[in-house]
Amino acid sequence: MTQVTYLEAIRDGLREEMERDDRVFMMGEDIGNYGGAFKVTEGFQARFGAERVIDTPISEVAIVGAAAGAAHMGLRPVCEMQFIDFLSCAYSILTNYVATARYRADLKTPMVVRGPCGGYVRGGPFHSQNPEAAYLHTPGLKIVAPATARDAKGLIKAAIRDDDPVLYFEHKFLYRRIKEDLPDGEDIVTPIGEARLAREGAHLTVVTYSAMVFKALEAAEVLAKEGISLEVLDLRTLLPFDEDAIVASVKKTNRALIVHEDTRTGGIAGEITARINERCFEWLDAPVRRVCAHDVPLPYAPTLEDFVLPQTDDIVKAARWMVAY
Amino acid sequence: MARIDVLMPQMGESIAEGTLSKWLKKVGDPVKRDEPIFEISTDKVDAEIPAPTAGVLAEILVTEGQTVPVQTLVARIETEAGAAVAAPAAPAPPPAPAPAPAPKPVPTAAPASAAPVVAPPASRPASEPTGDESLEDRLRRKSTPVVRRMVAEHGLDLAAIPGTGMAGRVTKHDVISYLEQAPAPASPAPARPSPAASPTPASIPIGGGVQVIPGPVVEPWEGDKVEPWSRIRKLTADHMIMSRRVSPHVSSLIEIDYTRVAQLRAKRKAEFADRGVNLTFLAFVAKSVAGALRNHPVVNAAVMGEATLLRREINLGIAVALDWGLIVPVIRRADELSLIGVARAIQDLADRARSKKLTPDEVQKGTFTITNPGVFGTMVGLPIINQPQAAILAVGAIEKQPAVVAQPDGTDAIGIRTKGILAMSFDHRIVDGADADRFLAEVRRGLHEFADNA
Repeated sequence: MTQVTYLEAIRDGLREEMERDDRVFMMGEDIGNYGGAFKVTEGFQARFGAERVIDTPISEVAIVGAAAGAAHMGLRPVCEMQFIDFLSCAYSILTNYVATARYRADLKTPMVVRGPCGGYVRGGPFHSQNPEAAYLHTPGLKIVAPATARDAKGLIKAAIRDDDPVLYFEHKFLYRRIKEDLPDGEDIVTPIGEARLAREGAHLTVVTYSAMVFKALEAAEVLAKEGISLEVLDLRTLLPFDEDAIVASVKKTNRALIVHEDTRTGGIAGEITARINERCFEWLDAPVRRVCAHDVPLPYAPTLEDFVLPQTDDIVKAARWMVAY
Repeated sequence: MARIDVLMPQMGESIAEGTLSKWLKKVGDPVKRDEPIFEISTDKVDAEIPAPTAGVLAEILVTEGQTVPVQTLVARIETEAGAAVAAPAAPAPPPAPAPAPAPKPVPTAAPASAAPVVAPPASRPASEPTGDESLEDRLRRKSTPVVRRMVAEHGLDLAAIPGTGMAGRVTKHDVISYLEQAPAPASPAPARPSPAASPTPASIPIGGGVQVIPGPVVEPWEGDKVEPWSRIRKLTADHMIMSRRVSPHVSSLIEIDYTRVAQLRAKRKAEFADRGVNLTFLAFVAKSVAGALRNHPVVNAAVMGEATLLRREINLGIAVALDWGLIVPVIRRADELSLIGVARAIQDLADRARSKKLTPDEVQKGTFTITNPGVFGTMVGLPIINQPQAAILAVGAIEKQPAVVAQPDGTDAIGIRTKGILAMSFDHRIVDGADADRFLAEVRRGLHEFADNA
């Protein structure tokens, strides 16, 4: 076993895939000589060469476009967005071109676009976004968002091996805060589309993902002292998300609270709520509720950021209300 | 010209909803800032709610008797400038159709608002249930999907299942408990043997309510009047059942000779009156009790799981009978007060209980309760413990009585003494008879030998 951080787990996953398959290569801003803004690819250029670890101009659309072409030609590119906020610069080519290629022309597009998402780091509106909802609506894409180091490694490997385009959202708050012992020599691959039961409980299911998994687990500890038992479901994959796991858990606990760091309106929680209504309405003992960020751009000021983003106490209060309903 | 929202206030940390008990203003009435406009009653306290701004009461959105979550929009006040009142169709229910309120930022964890947002287009006859039905009735009927499915599967009557959810709503847990407890539907016996052991905290439903044993079915006869329970009545009822089931009650009675106290009272009454305080027998009893509790911590205690919690503070609850129910305001750290301090605190709390000016904090954290049925002439009563305390003391009527009095020369004679009975009910799980009797003896000694200048 070796103790690794969430960030090191991503790095190890990338390195293992590059060693395993020489079709895998990387493109991004300052990922080569500099090793990436967060040092995820540190040492990669020296190890794999400048042909497989390519520093690009500051143009997200160029990175994604070049990757799409390379993928069609049989390579397996991994693109880094310096901050996932700037993925929107490549929105058109991702949604109009990449996502539709298989349907339009039977073209495989095995590519990964990864980058740091999320707040709680005082990053302000351009460096804290959670853009999953903008891409959730696009058939043809897959979206993953790991919470643990094991899944950070397992999902980057699964994403690279997938024949469809995968968006990989890594949470920058977790980069160096999460440390886990991972077995040496195991080929960890987390299947895309499968949720993980992060905590088993009886009274209420919290459906969540990424950094919010840890807020939910903290809330579960608080509520356990009051005799309220939370089940925490870590989705891991957001598109296509694991509807069967959600339904099975809600049928057991009869209450569903959806927690995400993204803003409320149009967020993924709305979609999950709709699926619950469609598939297990008759098992509900309380309205489905959401804990999400307020509908505002994320403020820089620490006090305001704390107010806008979901906090453990918000989950505790919502859960208490639902259990008493 | 602006409309200011009036919300159901949060009257204390743990309070989730309130019942609007009475409107003090009508639509169209001018209101001053801070002038009381309605009364509410919560789990803990009744209170008058002041207007947040001056203006004209423009809309009433919650009618009397409705229970709504805190922060629910209750009314709107039109400020000075544009005093055009939305012509209300009728004085009160149903709520005047409010134009959909401007979207407000919704707090992340806000409970779903129970306030009507959009009412049906003006004056629609029938179809709506009559105004007699309370919000609680409607919430009870509005069962959740899983409850409805289970009730249908088992052929149950929803109305027969005691509910522990918000506003008495039947939850899935309630249905399961009901199914577990009701073995044969045929048995008409109303009294089901209560479980041998009192419910441990773990077995109390998570809704926090009390499991009610279904009582006999009662029907009104012609001419009878049905008075639905107020919130305070319901809470009192639940609390009394819970207390009786949780604590094995034992009562001890002790006779007190108040002659010395009566003399002291007569002597100092005028002096106290000058300082604005009515000196009552109750104040002497409270002062003696507070002092004795310091030496008998097990009587100033609570049961916590399988442990006894000995309270450091001595906070005396004083039961106050109101026209609309019973409330127990608390004198914090009563043992640190002088006689006049105790007397003044009793008077102040009772006055404010009657005028509904108590804050929620003033009815919490009691550690021992005194009730005073004697004011009505009752010899004594055997009270029910105010949970989660260990004991409660009732003060019986204080009257002059013939008594055997020892003469200075060693003989006995019949004399006139002022006497009364104190009765204490205590939780035998933690207070044994000897503990209770030693405590009562000390209270009696305190009253018999009450200091001149206490």
